[in-house]
Amino acid sequence: MLDSARSPAESSGFSRKIAATIIIVYTVVTLIPITWIILTGFKSVDGAITYPPEVFFKPSLEGYVNLFTTRSRQSQEYLDSLPPPDTWYEELVRSREMVIAGPSKFFGRYTNSLIIGFGATFLSVFLGALAAYAFSRFKIPLKDDLMFFILSTRMFPPIAVAVPIFIMYRKIGLGDTHLGMIILYTVVNLSLAVWLLKGFMDEIPREYEEAAMIDGYTRMGAFFKIVLPQATTGIAATAIFCMIFAWNEYAFAVLLTQFNAQTAPPFIPTILGEGGIDWPAIAAGTTLFLIPVMIFTVVLRKHLLRGITFGAVRK
Amino acid sequence: MASVHLENINKSFGSINALSNLNLEIKDGEFFVLLGPTGAGKTTTLRIVSGLEMPDSGNIFFNEELVNNVQPAFRNTSYVFQQYSLYPHYSVYDNLAFPLRSPLRKSDKKTIDDRVHEIAKLLKIENKLNNKATQLSGGEMQRVSLGRALVRDPNIYLMDEPLSSLDAKLREELRVELKKIQTDLYATILYVTHDQIEATTMADRIGVLKEGLLTQVGTPQEIYEEPNSIYVANRLGSPKINILDNKQIHNSQNSSASYVGIRPEDIKIDQNGSYNVKIETTELLGAETLVSFKSDTVNGILLTQENINVGEGDNIKIGINETKILYFDNNEQRMR
Repeated sequence: MLDSARSPAESSGFSRKIAATIIIVYTVVTLIPITWIILTGFKSVDGAITYPPEVFFKPSLEGYVNLFTTRSRQSQEYLDSLPPPDTWYEELVRSREMVIAGPSKFFGRYTNSLIIGFGATFLSVFLGALAAYAFSRFKIPLKDDLMFFILSTRMFPPIAVAVPIFIMYRKIGLGDTHLGMIILYTVVNLSLAVWLLKGFMDEIPREYEEAAMIDGYTRMGAFFKIVLPQATTGIAATAIFCMIFAWNEYAFAVLLTQFNAQTAPPFIPTILGEGGIDWPAIAAGTTLFLIPVMIFTVVLRKHLLRGITFGAVRK
Repeated sequence: MASVHLENINKSFGSINALSNLNLEIKDGEFFVLLGPTGAGKTTTLRIVSGLEMPDSGNIFFNEELVNNVQPAFRNTSYVFQQYSLYPHYSVYDNLAFPLRSPLRKSDKKTIDDRVHEIAKLLKIENKLNNKATQLSGGEMQRVSLGRALVRDPNIYLMDEPLSSLDAKLREELRVELKKIQTDLYATILYVTHDQIEATTMADRIGVLKEGLLTQVGTPQEIYEEPNSIYVANRLGSPKINILDNKQIHNSQNSSASYVGIRPEDIKIDQNGSYNVKIETTELLGAETLVSFKSDTVNGILLTQENINVGEGDNIKIGINETKILYFDNNEQRMR
């Protein structure tokens, strides 16, 4: 009797438990490498490569110090001749028989990543929204063919055109520049942005803009005041996709950037330790690298949820 | 306010002719009602006047000035949409203030605030000003939509069935209120409806649309008393006009007519009447009684104010006021 009172759309307690179990197992499995990276960032250089691996250990900030500094090894006599260390990180470095030679390039590379990542995301979403609106509202000759053409740019891996792009960029002086990387990532993301956003734009009733145009706004004014706020959900979703690509991109960054505009992904693996790979520093760099995209996703997630509930109210 | 003149407007959507050669002159300060069923081209006319739709051919004049290529924003019309079209991410207050904040008007805060409250009071939505537009009932949304149009002073108010989803009492109130606003402001209004009561009570003139053709324009009285076709005769009047075969009419004045139209109030129960009919049903409508009758030759309805003491199935005699009979030819056009 109890069973029959339940709505058929609602899942039973048993199937819900199974679903929850699957999700928890999946979450744990996916979180293991991330947890391991974060833990490794707090290990000592030797601790990171002990066998069997340690799960419980005495945390050290050595990885982070190594990430942000360059150091040189000195003899014990020289170290003894120096005045006592001013800071905790100098002390840490000297305990390893080294002195700090200067800051590393990590901060600069990280800033490059932020500029290029957010720049490309903003540009993709902005241009994508304009194009999607035009495709959604206006009579454009060969509209379907154009849409297909835009999509077709995603039918091969972007790296397949790396060589021509490399040559073009060298010719026009865009190689190893922020602008060059922003343009490149925008171009790769734009097809996705146009397609995703067009779907969302199609869902927004035309009457809203028409009302705004009657109320004394130009089409552009109506677009910014009325259409864009309505498309928040789509914009948030698109921005997350674009951001993840631009932030993580490795191959083009290796190929096209070296000094000025190098992003964090090609830089982090090049952090070499003395007589081996400096795993804690690499792990520390990776951990810091995860943070912006995580914050970005969490912030926009609120808009995603709001958008979804909002749609339900209107219907 | 302005006068609006539509000249030879044609508009088709694919193979469907929405408007055919429409000519319409709305005078400054006139309350003009377009009456017609769904799909007659009423909304298309409004959209063409507002500039949201371009006609395939023809000209639109505001105060005798050609506005064919003027953007909607610069035509300065205000539009009450049938689907409300409130801005869902704004509060009621912001919805009402939105037209006043447009770059074309740029009113100061105080003026906007006063105007919004004035309109909200008029439409009885003052207590809803802080609600999101999505947190309103259908009737409230419609009032906000009406308010958004009334908040400013346009060339012409375009209203697309603005009272359709209100309850009967509020609709009656707003009907009176709207007519009062119109006379006070000497406003030009182009109002679209399929409700004949709205049309007859508010309109200075009515235009009857049929499948994109403007079949007749006139004052409510002219349309009611002198319809030029059966179609127009059917659109006004409740209960509906009786359309009978001319042959059924005793001593018809016009032998070449095919059909006749007789308003229910022009048929009376009459001991000396020349038609023997049987009562099918009677309906008491307050002061009047609606009687539907049937015989071998004629059937129809009549409206009487007398206290009748006859019931269903009774045989009665009826008389027709022959001076009021309308004659139509076999194309359903009026014969005079």
